[in-house]
Amino acid sequence: MSKIHIPTPLRQYVGKQAAVEVSGATVAEAMSALLEQHPDLRKHLYTEEGKLRAFVNVYVNDEDIRYLQKEATELKDGDQISIVPSIAGGW
Amino acid sequence: MATTTEIPLTLNKDEILRYSRHLIMPEVGMEGQQKLKAARVLCIGTGGLGSPLALYLAAAGIGTLGLVDFDVVDYTNLQRQIIHSTADVGRKKLDSAADKLKGMNPFLNLRTFDTRLSSANAIELFREFDIVADGTDNFPTRYLVNDACVLTGKPNVYGSIFRFEGQASVFATKDGPCYRCLYPEPPPPGLVPSCAEGGVLGILPGLVGVMQATEVIKLILGIGDPLIGRLLLVDALGMKFRELKLRKNPDCPVCGTHPTLTKLIDYNEFCGIRGEEKPVSSGVPEIQVEELKRRLDAKEDLFVLDVREPHEYQICNLGGYLIPLNDLPKRVSELDSSREIVVHCKMGGRSAKAVAFLQQAGFGKVHNLAGGISAWSDRVDPKVPKY
Repeated sequence: MSKIHIPTPLRQYVGKQAAVEVSGATVAEAMSALLEQHPDLRKHLYTEEGKLRAFVNVYVNDEDIRYLQKEATELKDGDQISIVPSIAGGW
Repeated sequence: MATTTEIPLTLNKDEILRYSRHLIMPEVGMEGQQKLKAARVLCIGTGGLGSPLALYLAAAGIGTLGLVDFDVVDYTNLQRQIIHSTADVGRKKLDSAADKLKGMNPFLNLRTFDTRLSSANAIELFREFDIVADGTDNFPTRYLVNDACVLTGKPNVYGSIFRFEGQASVFATKDGPCYRCLYPEPPPPGLVPSCAEGGVLGILPGLVGVMQATEVIKLILGIGDPLIGRLLLVDALGMKFRELKLRKNPDCPVCGTHPTLTKLIDYNEFCGIRGEEKPVSSGVPEIQVEELKRRLDAKEDLFVLDVREPHEYQICNLGGYLIPLNDLPKRVSELDSSREIVVHCKMGGRSAKAVAFLQQAGFGKVHNLAGGISAWSDRVDPKVPKY
């Protein structure tokens, strides 16, 4: 099992949870397990072509998956996945 | 951090007393305090992040502090923008901030720039400073600050907040990643809510702004481990701090090995925003608040649908039927499509989406209340509180 950390702006689409436990051997599998449980999340994370949106970063533990094997990155039991979208607020 | 001042910046007796708690620490000492005095730091924005940033930098003895802002203090700022007071409502933020900062530290050389930061003025402005601290509130300015920092070679001390969550990092140092390495592209308008739409816990900019001030001071003193190549995530609810690795992207269009972006661009266009203010109208049929009032007073058969959240309904309402926008698809059967419906939210953005959805669902007579309950408060009934 891996834990996916959900950022505040997206928690409304996952029943207000801060983290969701999913199983999956890769990031892609874990993400589809997440979207199966919470289909409303999809359009906020993926484009209509099914690509991860450019302002949404995904990390396995503290490493950006763009510098691992992207969505094919393999997961070990207990890995922490973080979804980190850009936020701009400051005022 | 190298600075361009030639004259030795000796401290006078009053300054030595003022900074004594710095001077007695070997990590700062007289040499460090003189570096702080020689330093020139530019704060973009004097809002939530800019308030603690500017106050602490002024207190710490930064020699030259620049402030860029064009805004005026309003009541909704006071919950978090602690550099401004109730008596400052209606004043220019720059004037209000200048009073506090000069009161805090008369040795401060304060430079104020009463302007909106833009592609036309950013490069020239940044050249006159050593470090830029970004306390802005929108994506176009975030990318503008980043690109101008990379192009002028100035570190970008970054902080960003939303609701209960914050991010902080140091971008655009000589070998470190920049904001575009982290997020190559901005989100399309409307997908990520702003603080004005989503709210922000008042202490959060305090927490993150003080982190930015800390990073500025460390960069100047050349001590500790700055947040270069690290993104700090702050979750105030869980009171958890997490750290993610950031890498310099060799293909980054502005700081990569073969940059394609060598001068500033139109950042509103880059972020998909036409003009300076986003038009609230989105092509759905609209009704003005005065007309709604007239028709309700005439007892016409109108169904008022409120698509805000229950906690907003508690603040104020027009007696409308409450279905939050996100619940509308599964609760649409509660509505009667034969009736004329006026949909409202706070400002008119969410209700425009609701109208578009209802039209697609086959509702023929739906209108968006232009400007939302906020316009109602302004133009029909000032007793309805604004929030």
